[in-house]
Amino acid sequence: MTPVKECAAPDFPTAALPLLHDIQLRSNVRHATDVIQGKRFRVVSEMPDWQSLRETGQRTREHTLQYLDSYLEQFEERCTAAGGHVHWARDAAEANRIVVQMAQNAMGRAIKIKSMTTEEIGLNRALEAAGIQPIETDLAELIIQLGHDKPSHIVVPALHKNRQQIRELFAYAMGQPHLGDRPEDLTEAARLYLRQQFMHTPVAISGANFLIAETGGVCIVESEGNGRMCLTLPRTLITIAGIDKVIPNFRDLEVLLQLLPRSATGERMNPYNSLWTGVHPGDGPQEFHVVLLDNRRTEILRDPEARETLHCIRCGACQNACPVYRQTGGHAYSSVYAGPIGAILTPQLALMKEGQSLPYASSLCGACYEVCPVKINIPEVLIHLRGRVVNARPKYLRALDLEAIAMRGMQWVFLSKMRLQLAQRLGRVAQIPWIRRSGWIERLPGMLGGWTRTRDLRPLPPQSFREWFQKRSPLPTEVPHE
Amino acid sequence: MRIALFITCYNDTLFPETGIAVVRVLERLGHTIVFPDAQTCCGQMHYNTGYQAEALPLVRRFVEIFRDHEVVCVPSSSCVAMMREHYAKIAAAAGDAKLQADVEALLPRVYEFTELLVHRLGVEDVGATYPHRVTYHASCHSLRSLHVGDIPLRLLSKVRDISLIPLPSLEQCCGFGGTFAIKNADVSGAMLEEKIKCIQHTNAEVCTACDNSCLMHLQGAMHRQRLEVGTAHIAQILASEHISSPQSSSKRKGKIG
Ligand code: SF4
Repeated sequence: MTPVKECAAPDFPTAALPLLHDIQLRSNVRHATDVIQGKRFRVVSEMPDWQSLRETGQRTREHTLQYLDSYLEQFEERCTAAGGHVHWARDAAEANRIVVQMAQNAMGRAIKIKSMTTEEIGLNRALEAAGIQPIETDLAELIIQLGHDKPSHIVVPALHKNRQQIRELFAYAMGQPHLGDRPEDLTEAARLYLRQQFMHTPVAISGANFLIAETGGVCIVESEGNGRMCLTLPRTLITIAGIDKVIPNFRDLEVLLQLLPRSATGERMNPYNSLWTGVHPGDGPQEFHVVLLDNRRTEILRDPEARETLHCIRCGACQNACPVYRQTGGHAYSSVYAGPIGAILTPQLALMKEGQSLPYASSLCGACYEVCPVKINIPEVLIHLRGRVVNARPKYLRALDLEAIAMRGMQWVFLSKMRLQLAQRLGRVAQIPWIRRSGWIERLPGMLGGWTRTRDLRPLPPQSFREWFQKRSPLPTEVPHE
Repeated sequence: MRIALFITCYNDTLFPETGIAVVRVLERLGHTIVFPDAQTCCGQMHYNTGYQAEALPLVRRFVEIFRDHEVVCVPSSSCVAMMREHYAKIAAAAGDAKLQADVEALLPRVYEFTELLVHRLGVEDVGATYPHRVTYHASCHSLRSLHVGDIPLRLLSKVRDISLIPLPSLEQCCGFGGTFAIKNADVSGAMLEEKIKCIQHTNAEVCTACDNSCLMHLQGAMHRQRLEVGTAHIAQILASEHISSPQSSSKRKGKIG
């Protein structure tokens, strides 16, 4: 099984196209991101020390990654001492194998807490193949599962659906044709459906927000209480977490648990904050496993210019702030990790062999960097990855690639003012056949046709600034102005 | 003061009127403009598109040409952002200590046009008159890389007879993004559409900004849609002293005087 399987899909511009025509989806995404952003803005503005919290968050993550090996070993040691079992998984296939093996005694069913890591490795497919039915208990994930859909957001996976669409889905999947579409109706339907599953399923599978090296504990924050049910009722609990999820000390939660909820859902604190360490006789799950997943994360660590990608605490704020995501929603990224974080994480998880169009799926506007609670300079990483995409092309391809030829040609022009002037003059002549009656260029050939798909182009003026400056004397008294 | 003008490759080629306006404003304030003739491009397009090796010689060239100037004025925030955010890193990656030192010494003397006026020259009222309804679009680089804040609005608010109308969703990207506008033409077009709706909402005659790149993108679409809204770089508004009809994208022929 390939990790992040979905990214063998079409490139971003192609995948975005049908979504741009989906008026309903786009209005759902705009509405949802506007609402979350508004809430985030309110609770972030009330924090006088927000910027220093971000800096501390950034430093904590940086430090952890620097000593990742020792913190992971410390986590393993402490978790084991508390009665947990730690497993190391090199890739998706290995992680899935471990989980399936441990869920064998699950009587054919496992309840799940929303986890993007399990989406990343395609765990549900692996469970189903082994005859174990995964049951999503997070409302949004349930919507995705019942609709045979894919998550489009890391925090709000069903962000692309509106209430009426969810009602339709529930009414159909749960056999309740008269279901109302008020939030209370929908959550009540989900609650009744899920209660059954909580009571009768012996195995739960979760992700993790943080692994605490100092104590060997795990932390999950959530809004619905489904997580708390999964963490307490079943006999066996299996947690899957990327190795990047570790933090050094319990104390670090002080900062991270301020940054995360405010950035993710615009709440001061999550309604449910669960922390657990190992097993406790007569209380909660009696068997506890942690699967530590690498899946190319150590490869990302190797690149000093991109390793900050692993600082991410998966709050989704960058997705909500992204003007590109706003237009397309998450499915255009063909990965469980959409938006700006997806644009940098997905291609790296695929060792730059897939998702090469993603680093270009950004106007580099910087809105993501501005909101990121751990200050990941996403635009910087995007540009760096664009460089890796260009350099990864084989030499012979680069010689034929139109873009590469154009770039080298422009460089040659820019390395001499004479050549630039000559190019400007040639451009003025070459454009003549393209100028329409309106006096503007309305259609351009080849690559440049992208420009004229929605925009006209004013032709090159008869005189460049340089020419004007060289000729002027005496000083002009009037600004040319139409 | 002797101010060296880095006009930028695209303003030189496509928007000479902006350069002329910059010269006009600065000369009116009593400064002398020099135009280092060898200048071409800062390397932004190459660097941001992933052609970082190709950008290096352009960076060297820029630094070489402007190294000895006291103050450099650039009427484009994205080019200034390129310098401030990447030049030091590019020089370091090239392992060139001399280039690194030159970059470090030069950058504090490089100003975006509105920054130069307010931060370096200490003027807000440049003596302009512009009797039109204007809305200001904050380009992402001016907003989030240069942090110009309300500098452009302060300058505009001192212009006689201007009527300034705030643009809704000011902080949202217009969708230009350099080669993004071509590589992701459809998404870029969708972002553009949202921005144009906001501009129309203001009922402004002219949309202005510190970057002609955004304006070219907005102007191109507004012309395609035959909207009666013009665009003008902020320098052109600040240079304006006489009563004129505003540039209307559908009427403009791209003439330079
Ligand atoms: S990159 Fe930053 S903003 Fe985006 S999800 Fe990760 S932590 Fe949140």
